[in-house]
Amino acid sequence: MTTGAVVMAGASLGSRRVVNSVMFSLAATCALVTVSVLFFLIGYIAWHGIGALNWDFFTQLPKPVGETGGGMANAIVGTVKLLGLASLIGVPVGFFGGIYLSEFGHNRLGFWVRYAADLLNGVPSIVVGIFIYTIVILPMRQFSTMAGGLALGIMMIPIAVRSTEEFLRLVPHSIREASLALGVHEWKTIVFVVIPAAFRGLLTGILLDLARVAGETAPLLFTAFNNRVWSHGWLEPTASLPVMIFTYAIAPYDDWHRQAWAAALVLMLLVLVVNGGTRILLPRRRMRV
Amino acid sequence: MIQPLVPKTVPSIVSRDPVVPADSAQVSLLAERLSAWFGHFQAVRDVTLQVHRNRVTAIIGPSGCGKSTFIRCLNRMHEVIPEARVEGKVWLDGWNIYEEKVDPVEVRRRIGMVFQKANPFPTMSIYDNVCAGLRLNGVRKKSVLDAAVEESLRLAALWEEVKDNLRAFGTSLSGGQQQRLCIARALSVKPELLLMDEPCSALDPVATSKIEELIYRLKERYTVVIVTHNMQQAARASDYTGFLLMGQLIEFGPTGKIFTNPSDSRTEAYITGRFG
Repeated sequence: MTTGAVVMAGASLGSRRVVNSVMFSLAATCALVTVSVLFFLIGYIAWHGIGALNWDFFTQLPKPVGETGGGMANAIVGTVKLLGLASLIGVPVGFFGGIYLSEFGHNRLGFWVRYAADLLNGVPSIVVGIFIYTIVILPMRQFSTMAGGLALGIMMIPIAVRSTEEFLRLVPHSIREASLALGVHEWKTIVFVVIPAAFRGLLTGILLDLARVAGETAPLLFTAFNNRVWSHGWLEPTASLPVMIFTYAIAPYDDWHRQAWAAALVLMLLVLVVNGGTRILLPRRRMRV
Repeated sequence: MIQPLVPKTVPSIVSRDPVVPADSAQVSLLAERLSAWFGHFQAVRDVTLQVHRNRVTAIIGPSGCGKSTFIRCLNRMHEVIPEARVEGKVWLDGWNIYEEKVDPVEVRRRIGMVFQKANPFPTMSIYDNVCAGLRLNGVRKKSVLDAAVEESLRLAALWEEVKDNLRAFGTSLSGGQQQRLCIARALSVKPELLLMDEPCSALDPVATSKIEELIYRLKERYTVVIVTHNMQQAARASDYTGFLLMGQLIEFGPTGKIFTNPSDSRTEAYITGRFG
């Protein structure tokens, strides 16, 4: 405050222009760095991955060690299954938990739920993997898609809860009051007025959450493990793109390295397509309040 | 804060004796010894006030005097705010809306409300906004909804401006139109009483005069309570006026008398613009 006042009083127009342009370039540079890191990453992966990407990659199983060619059809399907199961757990728990926190959570329980969600969000993903390993894999004596999906689902919960809460809170209180004052029950107000008003935000939050766990490798190492052939049902170990990338990238074969790049590209595209596609398909709603 | 104006004793223009539920021919609503709190802060102090049927009652007073809080107590909207609390009774045709068994949802269906800032539902069209109250209360029949939408929009003097564009978003309208849309929305559920919490404070003079004309016409069918900090508006639009200061009702009476011959010196000070 004092410094600002001094600068205002003492600075000539010229030096204010200089400060303005320095600050502007600083902000612009930081924005540029953020964007360029993303584009560099996408470009680099595409550059390396596109060469190994062919029809076989999507349709064939991995070839035995020593043979070149083959694909990762099982890992692609595995990842889709794992993410589907994770969403079945993470989305409802996160969504309803977020509604609770935003609409009814102004109390002690709400405080603790929020605190627990933030702590869970901070738990290293490998710890979640070991946790599921201990309570699911050991008793069942079997790596499985189910356990992998469970681990990813648990990882989805904290972000889903907090993003749902934040986006619902962004809906102005005046909108809720308008509905309540019409003699509409609170639950109907939440379902038909508040949630639709926040819908795009809620969806964005869930999709970002899904994108985040799509790339998780550590929790899958102990749960879904890996598989070089098709995994049937939910109770067999399964291949997944992140674990395949990990396995192939540290292997000593050039062909595997190429396929790891391709897998990284496919995983990235999967996330981008799901994310972008949903946003394009949904109508943009006017939100001027 | 103006120290000399702080009331030291509770002035009473209305009898402090237990009030018999209203004479239903003239009195539509009666607030009896109503007090309201936000946490430990008491915003409304022991207010007793009658609202006359098919008349416009204005509540005036300086900012922060509790007039919005008071009006929100009349349809149980005050309690929507966390930590808010109400004591006292509000009689609607001999029915105390603060009785334990009363469902606030039922109260709000009978007593509608229009807010300071126009708040149309952002995801809904003009049509959907107006019939939201009916739809969310289970009315499905299209002919009923169509009729209610037209009638409410006509009552709110908005029909001619939007009738060819009912599918446009409610938020695409101008500020004054949005406020009339909100009035139409409140009227669509056919409340017995309409509460208006500074409905013109965000509007320009043209939009304001439209709403005032509307209020004047509304009293043929409705009983209206309007909160305003615009004294000219209270003088123009209302039949009865109550003056609130620091949560207390200082004076209540016919608007003509309040503005020409107030009996309390604080009322006089306020309406002559010496503070507020």
